[in-house]
Amino acid sequence: MAHLALSRKVENDMALAPETPVIDVRSAEKTFPNGFRGLEPVDLRVEPGEFLTLIGPSGCGKSTLLGMMTNLLKPSAGEMRWWGGSFDQTGTAGKSLSIVFQDATLMPWATIQANVRLPLDLARTPRGEADERVRQALEKVGLAGFEDRLPRQLSGGMRMRVSIARSLVTEPNLLLMDEPFGALDEFTRNKLDSDLLDLWREKGLSIVFVTHSIYEAVFLSTRVVVMAARPGRISKIIDIDAPWPRDEAFRGSPRFAALCAELSRELREASEMSGTMAGGARP
Amino acid sequence: MKTATANFDSTLRLAGPIAVGVILLVVWQVLCTINEVPIYLFPKPTDIWTSFAANLPSLLRALSVTLMVTLQAFVVAVVVGTAIAFVFNQSRLIEACLFPYAIILQVTPIVAISPLIIILVKDTRLALTMCAAIVALFPIISNTTLGLRSVDPGLVNLFRANKASRLQTLVRLRIPSALPYFFAGLRISSGLALIGAVVAEFVAGTGGMGSGLAYEILQAGFQLDIPLMFAALALITLVGIALFAVMSALSNWAIGSWHESHAEERGHG
Repeated sequence: MAHLALSRKVENDMALAPETPVIDVRSAEKTFPNGFRGLEPVDLRVEPGEFLTLIGPSGCGKSTLLGMMTNLLKPSAGEMRWWGGSFDQTGTAGKSLSIVFQDATLMPWATIQANVRLPLDLARTPRGEADERVRQALEKVGLAGFEDRLPRQLSGGMRMRVSIARSLVTEPNLLLMDEPFGALDEFTRNKLDSDLLDLWREKGLSIVFVTHSIYEAVFLSTRVVVMAARPGRISKIIDIDAPWPRDEAFRGSPRFAALCAELSRELREASEMSGTMAGGARP
Repeated sequence: MKTATANFDSTLRLAGPIAVGVILLVVWQVLCTINEVPIYLFPKPTDIWTSFAANLPSLLRALSVTLMVTLQAFVVAVVVGTAIAFVFNQSRLIEACLFPYAIILQVTPIVAISPLIIILVKDTRLALTMCAAIVALFPIISNTTLGLRSVDPGLVNLFRANKASRLQTLVRLRIPSALPYFFAGLRISSGLALIGAVVAEFVAGTGGMGSGLAYEILQAGFQLDIPLMFAALALITLVGIALFAVMSALSNWAIGSWHESHAEERGHG
Protein backbone atom coordinates (compact mmCIF):
# COMPACT_ATOMS: atom_id res chain seq x y z
CA MET A 1 0.00 0.00 0.00
CA ALA A 2 2.69 2.39 1.01
CA HIS A 3 4.52 2.12 -2.28
CA LEU A 4 1.31 2.63 -4.20
CA ALA A 5 0.63 5.82 -2.33
CA LEU A 6 4.19 6.89 -2.92
CA SER A 7 4.20 6.17 -6.62
CA ARG A 8 0.97 8.09 -6.94
CA LYS A 9 2.67 10.95 -5.10
CA VAL A 10 5.52 10.78 -7.61
CA GLU A 11 3.09 11.01 -10.50
CA ASN A 12 1.32 13.91 -8.86
CA ASP A 13 4.60 15.68 -8.29
CA MET A 14 5.52 15.20 -11.89
CA ALA A 15 2.15 16.48 -12.97
CA LEU A 16 2.65 19.69 -11.03
CA ALA A 17 5.27 20.86 -13.45
CA PRO A 18 6.56 24.08 -11.88
CA GLU A 19 7.99 22.30 -8.82
CA THR A 20 11.70 22.98 -8.48
CA PRO A 21 13.64 20.14 -10.10
CA VAL A 22 16.23 18.33 -7.96
CA ILE A 23 18.78 18.96 -10.68
CA ASP A 24 18.33 21.34 -13.55
CA VAL A 25 20.82 20.91 -16.40
CA ARG A 26 20.65 24.06 -18.48
CA SER A 27 22.45 23.79 -21.81
CA ALA A 28 25.41 22.35 -19.98
CA GLU A 29 28.14 21.03 -22.26
CA LYS A 30 31.64 19.65 -21.80
CA THR A 31 34.71 20.02 -23.93
CA PHE A 32 37.76 18.50 -22.28
CA PRO A 33 41.08 20.36 -22.12
CA ASN A 34 42.47 18.06 -24.84
CA GLY A 35 39.73 19.31 -27.16
CA PHE A 36 37.57 16.17 -26.95
CA ARG A 37 33.88 17.04 -27.19
CA GLY A 38 32.44 15.01 -24.30
CA LEU A 39 28.93 16.39 -24.33
CA GLU A 40 26.86 18.61 -26.59
CA PRO A 41 24.66 21.17 -24.77
CA VAL A 42 22.15 19.19 -22.72
CA ASP A 43 18.88 20.27 -21.12
CA LEU A 44 17.54 17.88 -18.51
CA ARG A 45 15.43 18.15 -15.37
CA VAL A 46 15.65 15.56 -12.63
CA GLU A 47 12.26 15.67 -10.92
CA PRO A 48 11.79 15.00 -7.21
CA GLY A 49 11.21 11.31 -6.44
CA GLU A 50 12.02 9.98 -9.88
CA PHE A 51 14.41 7.20 -10.78
CA LEU A 52 16.22 8.48 -13.83
CA THR A 53 18.63 6.24 -15.73
CA LEU A 54 21.27 7.32 -18.23
CA ILE A 55 22.12 4.67 -20.82
CA GLY A 56 24.08 4.67 -24.05
CA PRO A 57 27.12 3.35 -25.94
CA SER A 58 30.56 4.10 -24.52
CA GLY A 59 31.67 7.65 -25.20
CA CYS A 60 28.10 8.94 -25.12
CA GLY A 61 28.91 11.23 -22.21
CA LYS A 62 26.67 9.57 -19.63
CA SER A 63 29.44 9.50 -17.03
CA THR A 64 30.36 13.07 -17.98
CA LEU A 65 26.79 14.18 -17.44
CA LEU A 66 26.66 12.38 -14.09
CA GLY A 67 30.05 13.88 -13.21
CA MET A 68 28.64 17.37 -13.74
CA MET A 69 25.69 16.44 -11.54
CA THR A 70 28.15 15.50 -8.76
CA ASN A 71 29.97 18.81 -9.33
CA LEU A 72 33.24 16.84 -9.66
CA LEU A 73 33.22 17.97 -13.30
CA LYS A 74 32.42 21.55 -14.25
CA PRO A 75 30.50 22.24 -17.47
CA SER A 76 32.61 24.16 -19.99
CA ALA A 77 29.50 26.18 -20.85
CA GLY A 78 25.94 26.29 -19.63
CA GLU A 79 24.74 25.93 -16.08
CA MET A 80 23.87 23.37 -13.42
CA ARG A 81 21.34 24.03 -10.64
CA TRP A 82 20.70 21.88 -7.59
CA TRP A 83 17.28 22.43 -5.98
CA GLY A 84 17.19 25.70 -7.85
CA GLY A 85 20.49 26.96 -6.43
CA SER A 86 24.25 26.58 -6.68
CA PHE A 87 26.17 23.53 -5.48
CA ASP A 88 27.43 25.43 -2.42
CA GLN A 89 24.03 25.33 -0.75
CA THR A 90 23.67 21.54 -1.11
CA GLY A 91 24.30 19.40 1.95
CA THR A 92 21.71 21.24 4.00
CA ALA A 93 18.48 19.56 5.13
CA GLY A 94 16.33 18.54 2.18
CA LYS A 95 19.11 19.35 -0.29
CA SER A 96 21.65 16.66 0.41
CA LEU A 97 23.14 14.37 -2.21
CA SER A 98 25.41 11.31 -2.15
CA ILE A 99 27.48 9.62 -4.81
CA VAL A 100 27.97 5.90 -5.39
CA PHE A 101 30.94 5.24 -7.63
CA GLN A 102 31.63 2.49 -10.12
CA ASP A 103 33.96 0.77 -7.63
CA ALA A 104 33.10 0.47 -3.98
CA THR A 105 36.03 2.90 -3.27
CA LEU A 106 36.46 1.85 0.33
CA MET A 107 39.49 2.75 2.42
CA PRO A 108 41.30 -0.61 2.69
CA TRP A 109 42.83 0.25 6.07
CA ALA A 110 39.56 1.16 7.75
CA THR A 111 36.89 -1.14 9.16
CA ILE A 112 33.46 -1.32 7.56
CA GLN A 113 32.11 0.85 10.36
CA ALA A 114 34.79 3.53 9.87
CA ASN A 115 34.27 3.44 6.10
CA VAL A 116 30.54 4.01 6.40
CA ARG A 117 31.07 6.68 9.05
CA LEU A 118 33.46 8.68 6.84
CA PRO A 119 30.95 11.24 5.47
CA LEU A 120 29.75 11.92 9.03
CA ASP A 121 33.34 12.18 10.34
CA LEU A 122 34.16 14.67 7.59
CA ALA A 123 31.09 16.69 8.58
CA ARG A 124 32.24 16.48 12.25
CA THR A 125 29.11 14.70 13.45
CA PRO A 126 29.40 13.70 17.14
CA ARG A 127 30.66 10.12 17.50
CA GLY A 128 27.67 8.68 19.35
CA GLU A 129 25.12 9.97 16.88
CA ALA A 130 27.33 8.95 13.96
CA ASP A 131 27.72 5.38 15.22
CA GLU A 132 23.97 5.04 15.62
CA ARG A 133 23.37 6.20 12.05
CA VAL A 134 26.08 3.86 10.75
CA ARG A 135 24.36 0.98 12.54
CA GLN A 136 21.05 1.85 10.90
CA ALA A 137 22.61 2.24 7.44
CA LEU A 138 24.40 -1.12 7.68
CA GLU A 139 21.19 -2.77 8.84
CA LYS A 140 19.39 -1.25 5.87
CA VAL A 141 21.79 -2.89 3.38
CA GLY A 142 21.80 -6.18 5.27
CA LEU A 143 25.32 -5.94 6.68
CA ALA A 144 24.61 -5.69 10.42
CA GLY A 145 27.32 -7.55 12.33
CA PHE A 146 30.06 -6.79 9.79
CA GLU A 147 31.13 -3.54 11.47
CA ASP A 148 34.60 -4.67 12.48
CA ARG A 149 35.55 -6.42 9.24
CA LEU A 150 38.00 -4.95 6.76
CA PRO A 151 36.95 -4.41 3.11
CA ARG A 152 39.25 -7.18 1.83
CA GLN A 153 37.34 -9.70 3.96
CA LEU A 154 34.12 -8.99 2.02
CA SER A 155 32.91 -10.13 -1.40
CA GLY A 156 32.45 -7.65 -4.26
CA GLY A 157 28.70 -7.52 -3.74
CA MET A 158 29.08 -6.91 -0.02
CA ARG A 159 31.63 -4.15 -0.65
CA MET A 160 29.13 -2.46 -2.96
CA ARG A 161 26.54 -2.70 -0.19
CA VAL A 162 28.99 -0.98 2.15
CA SER A 163 29.41 1.74 -0.44
CA ILE A 164 25.64 2.19 -0.60
CA ALA A 165 25.39 2.25 3.20
CA ARG A 166 28.04 4.98 3.19
CA SER A 167 25.97 7.00 0.73
CA LEU A 168 22.82 6.55 2.84
CA VAL A 169 24.39 7.50 6.15
CA THR A 170 24.04 11.22 5.47
CA GLU A 171 20.30 10.69 4.79
CA PRO A 172 20.51 12.14 1.27
CA ASN A 173 17.58 13.29 -0.84
CA LEU A 174 19.38 12.50 -4.07
CA LEU A 175 21.59 9.54 -4.99
CA LEU A 176 23.94 9.81 -7.98
CA MET A 177 25.12 6.34 -9.03
CA ASP A 178 27.74 5.71 -11.73
CA GLU A 179 27.41 2.10 -12.95
CA PRO A 180 27.46 0.92 -9.35
CA PHE A 181 26.79 -2.76 -10.06
CA GLY A 182 28.64 -3.04 -13.37
CA ALA A 183 31.39 -5.28 -12.00
CA LEU A 184 29.07 -7.72 -10.24
CA ASP A 185 27.69 -11.05 -11.43
CA GLU A 186 24.12 -11.03 -12.71
CA PHE A 187 22.60 -12.74 -9.69
CA THR A 188 24.13 -10.30 -7.22
CA ARG A 189 23.25 -7.40 -9.48
CA ASN A 190 19.56 -8.39 -9.62
CA LYS A 191 19.45 -8.72 -5.86
CA LEU A 192 21.05 -5.31 -5.33
CA ASP A 193 18.72 -3.75 -7.92
CA SER A 194 15.68 -5.03 -6.00
CA ASP A 195 17.12 -3.79 -2.70
CA LEU A 196 17.87 -0.42 -4.25
CA LEU A 197 14.26 -0.07 -5.40
CA ASP A 198 13.05 -0.86 -1.88
CA LEU A 199 15.31 1.85 -0.50
CA TRP A 200 14.22 4.33 -3.14
CA ARG A 201 10.54 3.78 -2.39
CA GLU A 202 10.95 3.67 1.35
CA LYS A 203 12.99 6.86 1.58
CA GLY A 204 11.37 8.88 -1.19
CA LEU A 205 14.77 9.39 -2.81
CA SER A 206 15.52 10.85 -6.20
CA ILE A 207 18.07 8.73 -8.04
CA VAL A 208 20.15 9.29 -11.15
CA PHE A 209 21.63 6.01 -12.28
CA VAL A 210 24.16 5.26 -15.03
CA THR A 211 24.20 1.77 -16.52
CA HIS A 212 25.15 -0.30 -19.57
CA SER A 213 22.40 -2.80 -18.99
CA ILE A 214 19.04 -2.51 -20.75
CA TYR A 215 17.41 -4.92 -18.28
CA GLU A 216 18.66 -2.95 -15.31
CA ALA A 217 17.43 0.32 -16.83
CA VAL A 218 13.93 -1.05 -17.50
CA PHE A 219 13.68 -2.76 -14.13
CA LEU A 220 14.69 0.28 -12.09
CA SER A 221 13.63 3.44 -13.83
CA THR A 222 10.72 5.78 -14.07
CA ARG A 223 12.48 7.47 -16.99
CA VAL A 224 15.39 6.41 -19.18
CA VAL A 225 17.61 8.88 -20.99
CA VAL A 226 19.09 7.25 -24.10
CA MET A 227 22.32 8.90 -25.20
CA ALA A 228 24.35 8.81 -28.41
CA ALA A 229 28.10 9.16 -28.86
CA ARG A 230 30.59 11.28 -30.79
CA PRO A 231 29.69 13.84 -29.69
CA GLY A 232 27.83 12.81 -26.53
CA ARG A 233 24.20 13.94 -26.53
CA ILE A 234 20.70 12.92 -25.53
CA SER A 235 19.04 10.94 -28.27
CA LYS A 236 15.69 10.12 -26.64
CA ILE A 237 13.92 10.07 -23.29
CA ILE A 238 11.62 7.12 -22.61
CA ASP A 239 9.05 6.83 -19.83
CA ILE A 240 8.99 3.40 -18.22
CA ASP A 241 5.37 3.27 -17.16
CA ALA A 242 5.35 -0.26 -15.79
CA PRO A 243 3.43 -0.53 -12.53
CA TRP A 244 4.96 -0.74 -9.05
CA PRO A 245 6.03 -2.70 -7.16
CA ARG A 246 8.49 -4.30 -9.54
CA ASP A 247 9.76 -7.67 -8.37
CA GLU A 248 11.07 -10.92 -9.84
CA ALA A 249 7.66 -11.55 -11.43
CA PHE A 250 8.07 -8.29 -13.35
CA ARG A 251 11.36 -9.51 -14.80
CA GLY A 252 9.53 -12.46 -16.37
CA SER A 253 6.51 -10.50 -17.61
CA PRO A 254 5.67 -9.75 -21.27
CA ARG A 255 5.53 -6.04 -20.33
CA PHE A 256 9.17 -6.21 -19.21
CA ALA A 257 10.21 -7.96 -22.42
CA ALA A 258 8.35 -5.40 -24.53
CA LEU A 259 9.96 -2.47 -22.72
CA CYS A 260 13.41 -4.05 -23.08
CA ALA A 261 12.79 -4.53 -26.80
CA GLU A 262 11.73 -0.90 -27.17
CA LEU A 263 14.72 0.40 -25.25
CA SER A 264 17.01 -1.91 -27.19
CA ARG A 265 15.68 -0.50 -30.47
CA GLU A 266 16.18 3.06 -29.26
CA LEU A 267 19.73 2.21 -28.20
CA ARG A 268 20.51 0.70 -31.59
CA GLU A 269 19.22 3.83 -33.28
CA ALA A 270 21.32 5.94 -30.94
CA SER A 271 24.38 3.84 -31.79
CA GLU A 272 23.75 4.18 -35.52
CA MET A 273 23.31 7.90 -35.05
CA SER A 274 26.59 8.12 -33.17
CA GLY A 275 29.26 10.05 -34.96
CA THR A 276 26.89 11.18 -37.72
CA MET A 277 26.15 14.64 -36.38
CA ALA A 278 27.79 17.48 -38.24
CA GLY A 279 30.99 18.65 -36.61
CA GLY A 280 30.97 15.62 -34.37
CA ALA A 281 34.27 14.19 -35.51
CA ARG A 282 37.03 13.66 -32.99
CA PRO A 283 39.72 16.34 -33.09
CA MET B 1 43.92 -27.05 6.99
CA LYS B 2 44.64 -23.46 6.12
CA THR B 3 46.41 -22.77 9.42
CA ALA B 4 48.39 -25.98 9.08
CA THR B 5 49.63 -24.84 5.67
CA ALA B 6 50.39 -21.39 7.03
CA ASN B 7 52.37 -22.92 9.90
CA PHE B 8 54.30 -25.09 7.49
CA ASP B 9 55.04 -22.01 5.38
CA SER B 10 56.38 -19.96 8.27
CA THR B 11 58.47 -22.92 9.54
CA LEU B 12 59.92 -23.35 6.07
CA ARG B 13 60.70 -19.63 5.84
CA LEU B 14 62.83 -19.87 8.97
CA ALA B 15 64.22 -23.41 8.77
CA GLY B 16 65.11 -23.28 5.05
CA PRO B 17 67.64 -20.42 5.17
CA ILE B 18 69.13 -21.76 8.43
CA ALA B 19 69.65 -25.19 6.87
CA VAL B 20 71.37 -23.60 3.85
CA GLY B 21 73.60 -21.57 6.18
CA VAL B 22 74.61 -24.62 8.22
CA ILE B 23 75.42 -26.62 5.08
CA LEU B 24 77.58 -23.78 3.71
CA LEU B 25 79.44 -23.48 7.00
CA VAL B 26 80.12 -27.24 7.08
CA VAL B 27 81.34 -27.25 3.46
CA TRP B 28 83.56 -24.23 4.23
CA GLN B 29 84.97 -25.96 7.32
CA VAL B 30 85.61 -29.24 5.48
CA LEU B 31 87.23 -27.59 2.44
CA CYS B 32 89.55 -25.46 4.60
CA THR B 33 90.50 -28.50 6.69
CA ILE B 34 91.14 -30.87 3.74
CA ASN B 35 93.17 -28.31 1.81
CA GLU B 36 95.00 -27.10 4.91
CA VAL B 37 94.31 -23.46 4.08
CA PRO B 38 96.42 -21.29 6.40
CA ILE B 39 94.45 -19.32 8.96
CA TYR B 40 95.96 -15.96 7.78
CA LEU B 41 94.61 -16.57 4.26
CA PHE B 42 91.16 -17.94 4.93
CA PRO B 43 90.14 -19.02 8.43
CA LYS B 44 87.76 -21.88 9.17
CA PRO B 45 84.38 -21.07 10.76
CA THR B 46 85.65 -22.58 14.03
CA ASP B 47 88.65 -20.21 13.99
CA ILE B 48 86.30 -17.27 13.52
CA TRP B 49 84.12 -18.48 16.38
CA THR B 50 87.18 -18.85 18.67
CA SER B 51 88.31 -15.33 17.79
CA PHE B 52 84.79 -14.01 18.30
CA ALA B 53 84.58 -15.55 21.77
CA ALA B 54 88.04 -14.35 22.74
CA ASN B 55 87.40 -10.75 21.61
CA LEU B 56 83.81 -10.57 22.72
CA PRO B 57 84.10 -7.55 25.07
CA SER B 58 85.92 -5.32 22.58
CA LEU B 59 83.66 -6.47 19.72
CA LEU B 60 80.53 -5.70 21.72
CA ARG B 61 81.90 -2.25 22.60
CA ALA B 62 82.59 -1.61 18.92
CA LEU B 63 79.16 -2.94 18.04
CA SER B 64 77.46 -0.53 20.42
CA VAL B 65 79.31 2.41 18.82
CA THR B 66 78.38 1.42 15.26
CA LEU B 67 74.85 0.63 16.30
CA MET B 68 74.43 4.02 17.99
CA VAL B 69 75.69 5.88 14.92
CA THR B 70 73.41 3.78 12.71
CA LEU B 71 70.30 4.29 14.81
CA GLN B 72 70.86 8.00 15.31
CA ALA B 73 71.44 8.49 11.60
CA PHE B 74 68.37 6.40 10.81
CA VAL B 75 66.15 8.44 13.13
CA VAL B 76 67.47 11.70 11.65
CA ALA B 77 66.88 10.38 8.11
CA VAL B 78 63.32 9.30 8.92
CA VAL B 79 62.38 12.58 10.59
CA VAL B 80 64.05 14.84 8.01
CA GLY B 81 63.03 12.66 5.04
CA THR B 82 59.38 12.50 6.07
CA ALA B 83 59.30 16.25 6.70
CA ILE B 84 60.80 16.93 3.25
CA ALA B 85 58.28 14.56 1.64
CA PHE B 86 55.41 16.42 3.30
CA VAL B 87 56.74 19.76 2.06
CA PHE B 88 57.09 18.29 -1.46
CA ASN B 89 53.52 17.05 -1.25
CA GLN B 90 52.18 20.47 -0.30
CA SER B 91 53.71 22.30 -3.22
CA ARG B 92 54.52 21.06 -6.69
CA LEU B 93 56.76 24.10 -7.18
CA ILE B 94 58.95 23.27 -4.18
CA GLU B 95 59.12 19.65 -5.26
CA ALA B 96 60.11 20.57 -8.81
CA CYS B 97 62.84 22.93 -7.53
CA LEU B 98 64.30 20.69 -4.85
CA PHE B 99 63.84 17.08 -5.94
CA PRO B 100 66.87 17.15 -8.28
CA TYR B 101 69.03 18.04 -5.27
CA ALA B 102 67.68 15.06 -3.37
CA ILE B 103 68.77 12.97 -6.35
CA ILE B 104 72.24 14.56 -6.30
CA LEU B 105 72.47 13.55 -2.65
CA GLN B 106 71.59 10.02 -3.67
CA VAL B 107 73.90 9.56 -6.65
CA THR B 108 77.05 11.05 -5.12
CA PRO B 109 78.96 8.17 -3.49
CA ILE B 110 79.18 8.59 0.26
CA VAL B 111 82.83 7.44 0.18
CA ALA B 112 83.56 10.56 -1.88
CA ILE B 113 81.75 13.00 0.40
CA SER B 114 82.64 11.57 3.78
CA PRO B 115 86.31 12.74 3.87
CA LEU B 116 85.04 16.27 3.36
CA ILE B 117 82.46 15.97 6.11
CA ILE B 118 84.96 14.40 8.48
CA ILE B 119 87.38 17.29 7.90
CA LEU B 120 84.69 19.97 8.20
CA VAL B 121 82.90 18.59 11.25
CA LYS B 122 85.08 18.56 14.37
CA ASP B 123 83.10 15.98 16.34
CA THR B 124 83.86 12.65 14.68
CA ARG B 125 80.77 10.95 16.02
CA LEU B 126 78.63 13.74 14.59
CA ALA B 127 80.44 13.48 11.25
CA LEU B 128 79.83 9.73 11.10
CA THR B 129 76.15 10.21 11.91
CA MET B 130 75.83 12.84 9.18
CA CYS B 131 77.41 10.56 6.57
CA ALA B 132 75.11 7.67 7.49
CA ALA B 133 72.05 9.93 7.57
CA ILE B 134 72.79 11.29 4.08
CA VAL B 135 72.87 7.76 2.68
CA ALA B 136 69.68 6.75 4.50
CA LEU B 137 67.74 9.89 3.60
CA PHE B 138 66.84 9.36 -0.06
CA PRO B 139 64.68 6.22 0.14
CA ILE B 140 62.57 7.89 2.82
CA ILE B 141 62.10 11.06 0.75
CA SER B 142 61.33 9.32 -2.53
CA ASN B 143 59.11 6.58 -1.09
CA THR B 144 57.10 8.86 1.17
CA THR B 145 56.66 11.44 -1.60
CA LEU B 146 55.48 8.70 -3.95
CA GLY B 147 53.20 7.31 -1.25
CA LEU B 148 51.56 10.64 -0.47
CA ARG B 149 50.81 11.00 -4.17
CA SER B 150 49.63 7.42 -4.74
CA VAL B 151 46.09 7.89 -3.57
CA ASP B 152 43.15 6.03 -5.08
CA PRO B 153 41.53 8.68 -7.37
CA GLY B 154 38.10 7.31 -6.49
CA LEU B 155 38.75 8.03 -2.82
CA VAL B 156 40.00 11.52 -3.71
CA ASN B 157 36.69 12.14 -5.48
CA LEU B 158 34.77 10.73 -2.52
CA PHE B 159 36.56 13.14 -0.18
CA ARG B 160 35.99 16.04 -2.56
CA ALA B 161 32.30 15.19 -2.93
CA ASN B 162 31.97 15.20 0.86
CA LYS B 163 33.61 18.63 0.99
CA ALA B 164 36.60 17.40 3.02
CA SER B 165 39.15 20.02 4.07
CA ARG B 166 42.79 19.82 2.98
CA LEU B 167 43.83 18.71 6.47
CA GLN B 168 41.11 16.04 6.63
CA THR B 169 42.22 14.68 3.28
CA LEU B 170 45.85 14.62 4.42
CA VAL B 171 45.21 12.89 7.75
CA ARG B 172 42.42 10.52 6.75
CA LEU B 173 43.48 9.69 3.20
CA ARG B 174 47.00 10.67 2.13
CA ILE B 175 48.88 9.52 5.22
CA PRO B 176 47.24 6.07 5.47
CA SER B 177 47.73 5.60 1.70
CA ALA B 178 51.41 6.50 2.04
CA LEU B 179 52.14 4.06 4.88
CA PRO B 180 52.99 0.99 2.74
CA TYR B 181 55.46 3.07 0.70
CA PHE B 182 56.86 4.65 3.86
CA PHE B 183 57.52 1.25 5.43
CA ALA B 184 59.17 -0.02 2.26
CA GLY B 185 61.39 3.05 2.50
CA LEU B 186 62.17 2.29 6.15
CA ARG B 187 63.34 -1.20 5.27
CA ILE B 188 65.76 0.04 2.61
CA SER B 189 66.86 3.02 4.63
CA SER B 190 67.69 1.09 7.81
CA GLY B 191 70.14 -1.07 5.87
CA LEU B 192 71.63 1.97 4.14
CA ALA B 193 72.14 3.72 7.50
CA LEU B 194 74.29 0.79 8.63
CA ILE B 195 76.26 0.78 5.38
CA GLY B 196 76.73 4.55 5.64
CA ALA B 197 77.95 4.27 9.23
CA VAL B 198 80.47 1.54 8.39
CA VAL B 199 81.74 3.28 5.24
CA ALA B 200 82.17 6.56 7.11
CA GLU B 201 84.08 4.74 9.86
CA PHE B 202 86.41 3.26 7.27
CA VAL B 203 87.07 6.72 5.84
CA ALA B 204 87.58 8.24 9.28
CA GLY B 205 89.91 5.29 9.82
CA THR B 206 92.32 4.94 12.69
CA GLY B 207 92.87 8.66 12.71
CA GLY B 208 89.40 9.26 14.10
CA MET B 209 88.22 8.40 17.52
CA GLY B 210 88.09 4.82 16.21
CA SER B 211 86.02 2.39 18.15
CA GLY B 212 83.33 1.03 15.81
CA LEU B 213 83.19 -2.31 14.02
CA ALA B 214 84.83 -0.92 10.87
CA TYR B 215 87.70 0.27 13.05
CA GLU B 216 87.97 -3.28 14.46
CA ILE B 217 88.19 -4.64 10.91
CA LEU B 218 90.88 -2.10 9.96
CA GLN B 219 92.90 -2.83 13.11
CA ALA B 220 92.58 -6.58 12.65
CA GLY B 221 93.72 -6.15 9.04
CA PHE B 222 96.86 -4.28 10.09
CA GLN B 223 97.64 -7.07 12.54
CA LEU B 224 96.83 -9.82 10.00
CA ASP B 225 94.26 -11.13 12.48
CA ILE B 226 92.04 -12.50 9.72
CA PRO B 227 89.64 -14.46 11.99
CA LEU B 228 88.89 -11.26 13.92
CA MET B 229 88.15 -9.47 10.62
CA PHE B 230 85.63 -12.16 9.78
CA ALA B 231 84.14 -12.04 13.29
CA ALA B 232 83.57 -8.26 13.05
CA LEU B 233 82.19 -8.69 9.54
CA ALA B 234 79.74 -11.35 10.73
CA LEU B 235 78.61 -9.02 13.49
CA ILE B 236 77.88 -6.21 10.99
CA THR B 237 75.88 -8.65 8.89
CA LEU B 238 73.89 -9.75 11.93
CA VAL B 239 73.08 -6.12 12.77
CA GLY B 240 71.86 -5.57 9.20
CA ILE B 241 69.62 -8.64 9.33
CA ALA B 242 68.26 -7.62 12.74
CA LEU B 243 67.42 -4.13 11.46
CA PHE B 244 65.63 -5.59 8.46
CA ALA B 245 63.68 -7.99 10.68
CA VAL B 246 62.64 -5.22 13.07
CA MET B 247 61.46 -3.01 10.18
CA SER B 248 59.52 -5.91 8.64
CA ALA B 249 57.86 -6.64 11.98
CA LEU B 250 57.00 -2.96 12.39
CA SER B 251 55.51 -2.84 8.91
CA ASN B 252 53.53 -6.00 9.54
CA TRP B 253 52.20 -4.59 12.80
CA ALA B 254 51.15 -1.30 11.22
CA ILE B 255 49.71 -2.31 7.85
CA GLY B 256 49.78 -6.12 7.86
CA SER B 257 46.05 -6.47 8.41
CA TRP B 258 45.05 -4.70 5.21
CA HIS B 259 47.87 -4.19 2.70
CA GLU B 260 48.43 -6.58 -0.20
CA SER B 261 52.18 -6.80 0.49
CA HIS B 262 51.38 -8.77 3.65
CA ALA B 263 48.80 -11.09 2.12
CA GLU B 264 51.25 -14.00 2.31
CA GLU B 265 51.81 -13.59 6.04
CA ARG B 266 48.07 -13.65 6.61
CA GLY B 267 48.03 -17.09 4.97
CA HIS B 268 45.97 -16.26 1.91
CA GLY B 269 46.22 -13.99 -1.09
